[in-house]
Order: sequence, then C-alpha cells, then structure tokens
Amino acid sequence: MKLSLGPILYYWRREEVRKFYEQSLAWPIDIYYIGEVVCSKRHEMRFEDWLDIAAMLGSEGKEVVLSSQALLESESDLKRLGKLTGNEIFAIEANDMAAVSLSEDRPFVAGTHVNIYNTKTIDLLVNLGAFRWIPQVEMSGSQIRTLLAGKSCEIETEIFAYGRLPLALSSRCFTARYYDLPKDDCQFKCLEHPAGLKLKTRESQDFLTLNGIQTQSSSVHCLVEEIDDIRSMGVDILRISPQPNGTFEIISIYRKLLDGDIDNSSAKQILKSLSLDKHCNGYWHGKPGMHQYAKESG
Amino acid sequence: MSIELICPAGNLPALKVAVDNGADGVYLGLKNTTNARAFPGLNFDLKTIKSGIDYAHNRGKRVLLALNTFPQGSTWFEWTEAVDQAATMGIDAAIIADVGLLQYASKTHPDLRLHLSVQGSATNYEAINFYRDHFGIQRAVLPRVLSLQQVAHVVANTDVEIEIFGFGGLCVMVEGRCILSSYVTGESPNTAGVCSPAKAVRWQKTSDGLESRLGEVLLDRYSEDEKTGYPTLCKGRFSVGEETYYALEEPTSLNTIELLPEMIKMGISAVKIEGRQRSPSYVEQVTRAWRNAINDAVLNPAHYKVKAESMSHLAKLSEGEQHTLGAYYRSWK
Repeated sequence: MKLSLGPILYYWRREEVRKFYEQSLAWPIDIYYIGEVVCSKRHEMRFEDWLDIAAMLGSEGKEVVLSSQALLESESDLKRLGKLTGNEIFAIEANDMAAVSLSEDRPFVAGTHVNIYNTKTIDLLVNLGAFRWIPQVEMSGSQIRTLLAGKSCEIETEIFAYGRLPLALSSRCFTARYYDLPKDDCQFKCLEHPAGLKLKTRESQDFLTLNGIQTQSSSVHCLVEEIDDIRSMGVDILRISPQPNGTFEIISIYRKLLDGDIDNSSAKQILKSLSLDKHCNGYWHGKPGMHQYAKESG
Repeated sequence: MSIELICPAGNLPALKVAVDNGADGVYLGLKNTTNARAFPGLNFDLKTIKSGIDYAHNRGKRVLLALNTFPQGSTWFEWTEAVDQAATMGIDAAIIADVGLLQYASKTHPDLRLHLSVQGSATNYEAINFYRDHFGIQRAVLPRVLSLQQVAHVVANTDVEIEIFGFGGLCVMVEGRCILSSYVTGESPNTAGVCSPAKAVRWQKTSDGLESRLGEVLLDRYSEDEKTGYPTLCKGRFSVGEETYYALEEPTSLNTIELLPEMIKMGISAVKIEGRQRSPSYVEQVTRAWRNAINDAVLNPAHYKVKAESMSHLAKLSEGEQHTLGAYYRSWK
C-alpha cells in the first residue's frame, strides 16, 4: 500500500507551507494532495504558489494531485476551480460535483467531500474519469468491503487513516464568530490557530475543532489495528492528514507498519505521543465516530 | 410572476391541512430510511401515500416524494423500489440526492420528474448543471448556505428551477456535508435519514441544572428560567477558549418571509417550508401565513410588508421563538 499526504486543512503562513513541503521530501510519502480545500479567503498561497510546490514535488518523482475547494459559493470560487481543472499537468481531487463536471475529459480523484456510498455511484464516476476514490469517513470498514466487492470497474481506493475527521462545512466561519468578527472581515484569525480552535463541552470534554468554516473532530481518527482488514479488502492507499508538528514522524510510523517493521502496539504508542489529541476509530467499526475500539490484548 | 409554496407532510392529516391552506405542493417520505426524516411514527405507507396523492391531485396540488438519503450496500433495492413506486403511483416528482440513484431513476423512468435534493449539496450552477446534463433534473433545492445575491447568481446561470428553504429548522452546515450526528450517535442524515436522533437524546436534572445529552456528549445545561429546545448538535452551548456560548448557532429557526418580493423578482421557482416532523397544526398555521404573504407579494410587491401579527405568530412557532434570515443575509456568515 502507498501512503498519501492529504491537503493541509488549516491556514498556515506561506513560508511555513513551503518549508513543510521541502522537509517532507525526506520522508516516505508517495502521493501528495495539495491546495486550499476549506476557505476561499485563505490567500497566503496563490494558485501559482501551489503550482510551484507541485512542480518541486513532481521533479522528485512524487505523484501530485491538486485538491479542489469543497464549498463553492461564488463566481470567483468557480473561476479558481476552472484554473485548477484547466492545468494541464496535474490531476485534481474533485471535492464538489462542479469539479467533477469541469474535469470530465481528464482523470480525477473523487475526493472526501464527494458523497459516494454505493457501487452505482462509483461506476458512474469511473465512467466520468475517476481513477481513485476516497470513501466518506463515516463509512464503516464492512460497508467499504461490500462496496469494493460489488463494484464492476477498476478504481483505486484510498482510506483516510490518520487525522482529525472533517465532519462538516458551513458558509459561516466559526473562527470569526468566536472572535465576534464578521466573516467578510475575519482578519485571518485562522492563521493564529495552526491546528484549529478547540471546542469543549460544558463539562470540559474535548469535542470538536473549529477550523474556519470547517468543523473537525477533536479526537484524531487513527487506524492501526485495522490495517490488516484494510489491506485484505484491496485498499491501495492510506491518507495521513497534516498537522503542524510530527506529521512526518507519523508518516514514517505508518510506512514501518505497512512494511512489517513495527508491531501494532508499538506503533500505537508512538502515534499517541505524536497526536494532537486522543484517538478514535468508531466509524471504521460502524459505531459513533468519536468512539475508540481497542482489541484487548491477552 | 409567483413562487410555489412547498409544504411538509409528515402524515396524512398534515398533507390535508397543507393542501387546504394553500400549499402548491407537499413533500413526504416513506416509512423507512430512504428519506431524511426517518423518525418513528412519521411518514407514509403505500396506502396513505395513495390517499394523499388523490387528495392533493383532486385539488390540483402536487405531491413530491423525498428519497434523499444515500443508498448503501445491500439495501440498494429499497431505494430503487421506492423510485419505481414513485413512478407508478403518480408522484409528481422524486427528490433525490444520490448520484447512483439519480442515474437509476432517469434511465428507468425517463418520464419521472426529478428534483435534486438539498442533501445533494449543490451550491453553485456548475454542479446543478452537471446534474441536469446527466440526469435531467428539473429543479434543485439549494443548501441553506448562500446569500440572496449568490442565489440570484445561481438562478441567472441555469435553466434548472431553483427551490430554496424559507421557513423552519435552520441547518447551519451544508446539507449532505455534515456528519456531526454520526460522529456522536453513529447515525447521520446521509446514512440513516436522521440528525441528532431522538433515541440518543437524554435529559437529566442535576444540581447544575437541567442537562441535555446526545449520546455521551453534553449539549447544553439550562437554568430554571431558561427555555429548553430539542438538543440538535449544532445548537448546543460549548466552550471555546474562555467563553461558553452557542459556538455554532443559537437555537433559532429560518424565516425569510420578509424577502418574498425579492425572491419572486429574482426568479426563484419555489419556497420550501421545513418540518415534516412537526404537527398538522403547525403545518396549517405556517402554510396559511405563507400563502397570504405570497399572495400579498405577488399582488403588490412594491408595498409588501409582513403584518406584525403574522410575524409574531410565526415567531411563536419557531424553535426557541427566535428566527433569522440565515445565510441569505450576508452578515449571518
């Protein structure tokens, strides 16, 4: 199985983004998804900057996919999307049907924000040019297994294996709301929160993460003991979602895990020390996503 | 120019009062998970649906069937069966979100009118035109996330009819793109047709006040003098930094009745009232108020003004007795 690095979902400064990708070259990443998926107001990286990064990674032999913005509201959103799908070098990850539509003649990845829950939808997207899909994170392992067994076409499957779960998108910016600022004058507060803003319940339970218009889990979805199951159903790629620190160490743990160079429990221990928050894996087991299921040893 | 009024029917009595009080169309769902209000005690079986269709059609009104969840795994045939039934029973349109199911419906029943459900998450004309080109949808229901100006831009760039939500529960998130509910309960609108399902709700009196929980998560805590609301996940009070507040949205409802003349002018085809889970009496009162307002707005758009008593009456029916223009009013965002 290959390892992919998902798009950076938080808002980081341009120099930090550049440094992040330069440093990443030292680590065992096979596929990169890059670009702004969450918010159209995040301007630190322009389209040309992303293309520079893509070229840099591509010249090192990496597969690069440009991820499209998930919530498209305005004409300028569509114009930016058109630039993305119009590039003649890199495939795109379509995160909205508009992106599927605009890239119809060219191969694309059906991204996490395209709702695919059944084989008929997969078959149709393959006909339109999808060469890879990423199941909705709320799908259970057994649902994905059934789906992969029932599909009639060739397509690669990539599983969101590590990171805070993308749970919801809104047109409202919850970070701006926290600062009592209108979205139109958000003062780019997301820059002050490179791993989002933590939301707790009134009894101080870590619950969600506010990331501009996106709501993420607070817990980190982490599939480790599930890897054998994932492998046996024919999954091709595991996705790791970037966090401000420790991302590359996490990637290398996954590489070792896939190569059999580290056992599950050691991997889990190390991952725990690197994670932004406690782990969860409920979705994979058909349970509430925030739950953590552990195979009890012994 | 006018605008169609589409009202919710959770059961036959609600359907009848909606039709009697001026709905142009009603929408309903079957008693299974093929629709996004899969609540116990709600929805139609084949017999009541037939009566409902007869009742509406005899009065020149339309019946729309919501099949707006995403078919999964081995249960695919439940959804296709529902589409087949819609086509043979004389349903006026099926409201569908799933791409695979839209394809099935358009191929198997080319004469069945298709509406793209709000759960299809189409927020821009490129996406809407994609659904038109591939499945021949004739109407799209927009998620409650666009400003009125953005809605106008969509309308101007597609020949697909546009329907928007005008009144009722306010989704803060893009419909079809929110799985907060399954994160906490294992069931979401996409997969199980429910959001913050009642079976996962727990109320508990404690020394700190009355607490509402969804699954194991504390959504809110009320003091004696505070009004309680249904514990929808995105409308709880949470802490961010040092502050405890409605971090995502207040317990409030959508009400765009004051925007009617603008909505009509920009060519929106239909306005939808949310609330298949609400009582027939609720449906009756909301339908009547909206029918009157639409008639006023059509007859005399320049002098349109929502009557104060009508507004306060609608407010009383609203969640938390508060209402908002939601995203249609840009500063909400």
